[in-house]
Amino acid sequence: MHKEEIIKISHITKRYEENAILEDFSLSVYEGEVVVIVGPSGCGKSTILRIMNGLEPIQKGEVTYRGEKVDGKLGSITRIREKVGMVFQSYELFPHKTILQNIMLAPVLVQKRDKKEVKEEALQLLNRVGLLEKKDSYPRQLSGGQKQRVAIVRALCMHPEVLLFDEVTAALDPEMVREVLEVLLSLAKEGKTMVIVTHEMSFAKAVADRVIFLDGGHLEEEGTPAEFFEHPKTERAKQFLNTFTYDKVERE
Amino acid sequence: MPNLGIEVLFKGSNMLRLLGGLWVSLRISLIAVGFSILLGIPLGILMTVNSKIIKAFTRLYLEVVRVMPQMVLLFIVFFGTTRIFGWNLNAEIASVIVFSFWGTAEMADLVRGAFISIPKHQYESARALGMNSPAIFTVVILPQTVRRLLPLSINLVTRMIKTTSLVMMIGVVEVLKVGQQIIEANRTSSPNAAFGVYGTVFLLYFIGCWPISMLSKYLEKRWSNA
Ligand SMILES: Nc1ncnc2c1ncn2[C@@H]1O[C@H](COP(=O)(O)OP(=O)(O)OP(=O)(O)O)[C@@H](O)[C@H]1O
Ligand SMILES: [Mg+2]
Repeated sequence: MHKEEIIKISHITKRYEENAILEDFSLSVYEGEVVVIVGPSGCGKSTILRIMNGLEPIQKGEVTYRGEKVDGKLGSITRIREKVGMVFQSYELFPHKTILQNIMLAPVLVQKRDKKEVKEEALQLLNRVGLLEKKDSYPRQLSGGQKQRVAIVRALCMHPEVLLFDEVTAALDPEMVREVLEVLLSLAKEGKTMVIVTHEMSFAKAVADRVIFLDGGHLEEEGTPAEFFEHPKTERAKQFLNTFTYDKVERE
Repeated sequence: MPNLGIEVLFKGSNMLRLLGGLWVSLRISLIAVGFSILLGIPLGILMTVNSKIIKAFTRLYLEVVRVMPQMVLLFIVFFGTTRIFGWNLNAEIASVIVFSFWGTAEMADLVRGAFISIPKHQYESARALGMNSPAIFTVVILPQTVRRLLPLSINLVTRMIKTTSLVMMIGVVEVLKVGQQIIEANRTSSPNAAFGVYGTVFLLYFIGCWPISMLSKYLEKRWSNA
């Protein structure tokens, strides 16, 4: 199986002031695969996604999208961002626009697509995530889980080639997590290329083709979900996975 | 029924004089509001720029306007300039200058507040959708800013209209001054005129400010989602 490389991060260094967050970090994302990034809080997961989308400048190394340089300062960045969709943890819909307007804004304004055709697609996507009847509502009238599903639809409507998800369920109540993750699972089934940062380990196990374990700004371990979750190789990964399980209390 | 002293309003052209006074008040505040918006918006945007020098200057300006009673400002501009520069400023022009000076500061601060209240994530998710900076500003940021700003600036307008009652202190004959004149002129024939005349002045202010204030409430409700 030889798949094409879509996003390639090679030997980058990322610093905030003097603090190195990522050092000599490399990662490639191949067509059609689902990469899940896990790791302790503050290890640089969000930073990696933001770098893939040119939202964060880097100090060393290079990031490319299909061979083209990703750099927030270059004019080509808006074109690349059309192809690299991103959904954030805090569902940031535009509060002054309806759900439908939120979804249609960028395809019409940025991609100059036909309004009618975009609307049709938007409605279809909304229907798919079960939110068709909310099309004329405003974001404040939706629950967190609903807003997050709209944010996903908004990204999808741009026809991105890769989708980046940064802890899209972290701000949600537990009962809303599933409705959002189901959407991601169905996208994975379709063969969409995705990079997912999540703290939901059972979801990671289900959705990932490849798991990246990050610690202290470098790639500590990498493997298939079966390898990583059942037989972690490194001590750090074992420790990390243990934080998600609890030992049965033994009473005297 | 007690004599409310309303009859003086129907003597001669008294009612017309009062309305003329109201027009003077409104004229001063509306011109000043115009200047305040025109100057306050760019100043407010300037205040969001991350520069220590700009911050220091605008801060100083704002503080001066805030601590200084408008009356003192009026006296300085009207009497002070005559003294020092020998200008003979028309009292109405002096009023417009003072109210614009005050309104610009308030307006700029409202604009600044509205801009910085837009969360950083709004910029980022727009950027992640491939929008460029001009598009983000005009389609995402500006509409939200205006929605936050409009009710507040309308509130400022009513405050300015009310505060114009001060300008009679430098000899502008506005609605309150006309009222006083009418009361004075009829002191012997209608000793109760004070009640009727001031009551009418109150009503006139109310008629001037209330619709504006309702408009702001309406907009606030309509845009509460933004
Ligand atoms: N704007 C910033 N300025 C300075 N330091 C920052 C900034 N953003 C992030 N950092 C630091 O960079 C490191 C990595 O941040 P990042 O958000 O990528 O972590 P994360 O793995 O996504 O964590 P979490 O799981 O909590 O979301 C953290 O130590 C954080 O404190
Ligand atoms: Mg994060």
